[in-house]
Amino acid sequence: MKIVIINYGAGNIQSIKFAIQRLGYEAILSHDIKEIQHADKVIFPGVGEASSAMKKLRASGIDKIIPDLKQPVLGICLGMQLMCNSSEEGNTKGLGIFNTDVVKFSNAVKVPQIGWNQISNLKSGIFKEIRNNEHIYLVHSYYAPLCDATIAESEYELSYSAALQKDNFYGTQFHPEKSSEAGARILQNFLNL
Amino acid sequence: MLAKRIIPCLDIKDGRTVKGVNFIDLRDAGDPVELAEIYSKEGADELVFLDISATEQKRKTLAELVYHVAEKVNIPFTVGGGISSVEDVDMLLQKGADKVSINSSAVKNPQLINDLVAKFGSQCIVVAIDAKRIDGEWIVHLIGGKVPTGRKLFEWAKEVEERGAGEILFTSMDHDGTKDGFANEALARLSKELNIPIIASGGAGNMQHFMDTFTIGKADAALAASVFHFKEIGIKDLKENLKKNGIPVRL
Repeated sequence: MKIVIINYGAGNIQSIKFAIQRLGYEAILSHDIKEIQHADKVIFPGVGEASSAMKKLRASGIDKIIPDLKQPVLGICLGMQLMCNSSEEGNTKGLGIFNTDVVKFSNAVKVPQIGWNQISNLKSGIFKEIRNNEHIYLVHSYYAPLCDATIAESEYELSYSAALQKDNFYGTQFHPEKSSEAGARILQNFLNL
Repeated sequence: MLAKRIIPCLDIKDGRTVKGVNFIDLRDAGDPVELAEIYSKEGADELVFLDISATEQKRKTLAELVYHVAEKVNIPFTVGGGISSVEDVDMLLQKGADKVSINSSAVKNPQLINDLVAKFGSQCIVVAIDAKRIDGEWIVHLIGGKVPTGRKLFEWAKEVEERGAGEILFTSMDHDGTKDGFANEALARLSKELNIPIIASGGAGNMQHFMDTFTIGKADAALAASVFHFKEIGIKDLKENLKKNGIPVRL
């Protein structure tokens, strides 16, 4: 199985590579369009600020090809947010795969949300053998509201999308690569698709 | 519900764990990677590695250690100790650290916080603050509490937040090593005046202290070293105890 982690200069992707390695696979870090298109599974990571990450993605031309990919694609954290219509962070236009707009938590809660929160209302094969209310690890100030594509919910100030899915596109707000055994299981489920 | 976090802290010197560590099942008590794996399996929510070495080789050794921890450990970890530039942070994050913690370098050059946040994002920048009371006033200290600065804790913490830090790790030098409980009054005030997560550090001696720092101290996470290293408190037992007492934890 050829697993490609899109390497467009947005943050720490070493942990995702290691998490996949712990499952017994090798992942390639690449920004090569052909390599991404020919992968069996594509992982689209991202940490940091939305508009600068999107700029880097555009500069590499990868923004054009992601929405046309046919194999399973997993966006993680900011990767997931960039797959939405837009983000309030830096007024960023997204890839428009998930039909929702990313917004910021209010000051009613501590921002960023950092730590282990629970996921519920699990609706996808990537949550096979994951129990309702399982804890996963998140670090974020912006969130995708609940929408048609929501496949897992979490609660912080309000209920929001902890994961999204549309066709072959998956996105998790949480970091499966840092979410202990549960995260490893979710990654394995994705690779099994 | 967001869980309260339990964070063991490992002191590292030249790539090895220092301070006695009392783990019978540990093959090599000085191996930080093995210790990290054990803590992770016991249910630690995060780990902090504090580099206290001061040799020329330091950076390279620390970078290698970070790489090996990232390879093995599936929970987030923070690296701190002597980090003073954008380049230092870039290297540690590239090797696989999730967050970095800065302390003295931020006090000496507060703009560093802004620079790091602009380049790497708030989510990975922790500012550690050591403070102790002098004539009733909390004063920020450097070098493990030895050197007082002109900065007052609450003003500095506010500035750190405004400059974009994602989290504050507050150590009370009055409580550190006492095993007499955390500085809950100061912690609660930090939580009230700031809107970023606060990690409590210094003073953990028993399970009730953790309970108190989450309820009275309003802390989002609690960090400790010796009570975990010497197995005075087991992480799993601690979390079960907290849960029984109504504190949200990950079990």
